[in-house]
Amino acid sequence: MDDVTTSKGNLTLKTALQAGRIMIENGSEVSRVEDTINRIAQNAGFPNSKVYVTITGIMMSISDRGEAQIEPISTRTLDLEKIAQVNDLSRKFAAEAIDLEAFSDQLDYLEHHSAYFPVWVQALSAALVSGTLEVVFRANPPDFWITCIIGMVGWLVYFGINQLVKVRFLSEFLGSVAIGLLAILAVKYQFGHSMDDIIIGSVMPLVPGVPLTNAVRDILAGDLVSGIARGVEALMSAIAIGSGIAMMLQIL
Amino acid sequence: MLIIDLLFTYIATVAFGVLLNLPHRALNMAGLIGTLSFLAYKLLMMAHSGLVTANLVGAVLIGVLSMQAAKWLKMPVIIFNIPALVPFVPGGQAYQMVKNFALADNTVAFSFLFQVIEIAGAIAFGFLLAELFIRLQQKLLDWLASRRKASDRDIKRY
Repeated sequence: MDDVTTSKGNLTLKTALQAGRIMIENGSEVSRVEDTINRIAQNAGFPNSKVYVTITGIMMSISDRGEAQIEPISTRTLDLEKIAQVNDLSRKFAAEAIDLEAFSDQLDYLEHHSAYFPVWVQALSAALVSGTLEVVFRANPPDFWITCIIGMVGWLVYFGINQLVKVRFLSEFLGSVAIGLLAILAVKYQFGHSMDDIIIGSVMPLVPGVPLTNAVRDILAGDLVSGIARGVEALMSAIAIGSGIAMMLQIL
Repeated sequence: MLIIDLLFTYIATVAFGVLLNLPHRALNMAGLIGTLSFLAYKLLMMAHSGLVTANLVGAVLIGVLSMQAAKWLKMPVIIFNIPALVPFVPGGQAYQMVKNFALADNTVAFSFLFQVIEIAGAIAFGFLLAELFIRLQQKLLDWLASRRKASDRDIKRY
């Protein structure tokens, strides 16, 4: 095999695996990643590539070469914007608006530049999620404001601990401990009426929506390994939140 | 009260989208899908259809609408269906379950656990049904396209 084909093959492998890793890391479902990687390989001129995706690693080989490459995935965050951007880049590559080198460069750039909303906007959103859902679920408008405040504090605890230790279950546990404690105090000092309603609203920003939805989608798509792994992830989050609340209820 | 519920559902869906860092141009659409599905859920609950039916219909709507939005805006489906699912999370029941387990009232806790499982199952099955509708729609579109092509050929031939 001549050098040009080899180097193009290597770049294709690198780009496709990087695109796949970014998507899984930020919460994409497995079938979409498989689809994207296959498209990239096909558009790069390697139609017979084979890929095996799980949520902890991707294996890929391209046509007429006896070697495969492995890409481990160790971190998992939530950034749906990045998934949409990789999707856009892949579409552009398919339409030949960018070539493989540009695609690879833009993935490198994307990986190191995350455009999150500012923390105060996120905190405000957490407050709004808590307050509004408290009213929708429990029809208890007088507790709207206190739920907003407690939900925001709980989310800030979760966010702060997550920045420090990067263990999602631990930060969820401590966030819900803070929520339980504050809700009990708020009712004790007459800032709110119903402790139950305040807690139900305030834990909503911590709900593991992405693993939960993806678990169902993966299992339906036949990616059983990833589906079950994600189901366990969602279950662990739910247990962390639940035991944080349960602990505070038992202590006080 | 329904109006306030719908407005608040919209706000909650969009705000949850901000927490997941949705692309800006997808926020409004995700909010609308969430609100519309929640309206269907709410109306069914008012008609006493029961928890399972209401959640099932809500989940089917989320699945179908998200898929259309994804095709229209050329974005992945999960960008729309994850935020839209938030108002359907059985938070109240899950909390009552945890509380009653914590207070060692196991009988009540198990009854809430079964409610949570019921709702979660209904939503999962709703997604499955939505997938079925999408496949049927795709089949229909393919069939129409092939017919159009065939009739074009016929016109050329004569």
